[in-house]
Amino acid sequence: MGNLLYNYEEAVALILFSIGFMTLLFHKNLLRKLIGMNIMDSGVYLFLASMGYIYGRRAPIVENGDVSAEHYVNPVPASLVLTGIVVSVSVTAVMLSLAVRLYERYHTLNLDEIYAAARTRREHR
Amino acid sequence: MKKAKKAPKTQPETAKVSGTAASSIKKWLDFDLDIDSLPVPPPRESAEDDGGDETPLLSRIPKSAPRFVYTALAAICSIVLTATLILTVEGMPRYGEDQDYMDTVTYEYITHGMEYTGAVNIVAGIILEYRAFDTLGESFVLFCAVTCVLVLLRADSADSMPEDVVFRDLSHDAILRRTVLAIVPLVFMFGVYVLLNGHLSPGGGFSGGAVIGAGLVMVSVAYGGDVSGRIVSERVFKIVTTCALSFYCLGKSYTFFTGANGLHSIVGNGTPGNILSAGLILPLNVAVGMVVACTVYGIYRMFDKRSF
Repeated sequence: MGNLLYNYEEAVALILFSIGFMTLLFHKNLLRKLIGMNIMDSGVYLFLASMGYIYGRRAPIVENGDVSAEHYVNPVPASLVLTGIVVSVSVTAVMLSLAVRLYERYHTLNLDEIYAAARTRREHR
Repeated sequence: MKKAKKAPKTQPETAKVSGTAASSIKKWLDFDLDIDSLPVPPPRESAEDDGGDETPLLSRIPKSAPRFVYTALAAICSIVLTATLILTVEGMPRYGEDQDYMDTVTYEYITHGMEYTGAVNIVAGIILEYRAFDTLGESFVLFCAVTCVLVLLRADSADSMPEDVVFRDLSHDAILRRTVLAIVPLVFMFGVYVLLNGHLSPGGGFSGGAVIGAGLVMVSVAYGGDVSGRIVSERVFKIVTTCALSFYCLGKSYTFFTGANGLHSIVGNGTPGNILSAGLILPLNVAVGMVVACTVYGIYRMFDKRSF
């Protein structure tokens, strides 16, 4: 056993990522796939946030003009998480609207049934 | 949610389509890559009889073998991915320890960030000065997302929701109206506070804009789209997002140009800690916040009523 027990936070983040990945693969419902995608995103955020943390240090907001690097946690992962959150919100919105359109056209959210309906429609043409 | 009609599974097509496992996998893969299957404008008459008739939908797809193969491959993928990730975690440095790999970039950000950008909040300094073009890209990602949602969910599409999907209209609920009336001013105030203090405290354009957008969504839920539409109509949405993004582009280009060439810039850093300091970070936060608020509200309205 190396650092796995010490890195429990990263381990939990990556287990969360795996749970989201499995949800994405194993469920047929489009909304569940979308939720799986969001769980994956959350895992990535937790991973980045825990990578930046250092025991006993403050959040990277300068207090009393103290700018020594020994007193603050790593600010770079925080800004990366911001990028991730924005992109995930945008992707979720676009995927949800695509799901709405699919539901309107095929009256189902099951991906297999959507495939089948699209195939029958193509054969009719 | 409407359950699709369960099709009878004993259809002659099943045997014809599934055949051997290999051929059905091939068909299943072919289907994925076939551009014809993408929604080219469908013939309307077939769109009409799609809902009503008893076409056995499920029998057309090769069901048994590909599904099993797919599940097995997915399980293998998941196990391999999880194992790799956990092994990687085991090899990583310990959580929360002092990081020797805290590289020169981080060191530079912390020790000189406040001096160069004027922002007390180092993360705000990073995302709106050092990595400002990245943040501009994020704003454009949001803008593209709301544009895609607008294109996809316009009310003039020929397809329609099934009749049994009913959305409750909550805009005449007295309790909801009173509660929203009490809460919404506080929400807006908090959003504006977070927006304007982005360079001094945790927060900034994205979080403050999301709070303001949530306030607009609350107004829209409780009072209907007419009231919230008076605050943000489609015209206001277009003007605000375009102006905010253009201001971001031009202002940031100006400071980057002057900074890179050592020219004198009219935008000073001010005294760190004051509300009017940190150069362009405050106006850029306001611009980003307006884009985010309009985006959140616009996406909600499009999903709710199919129009602004």
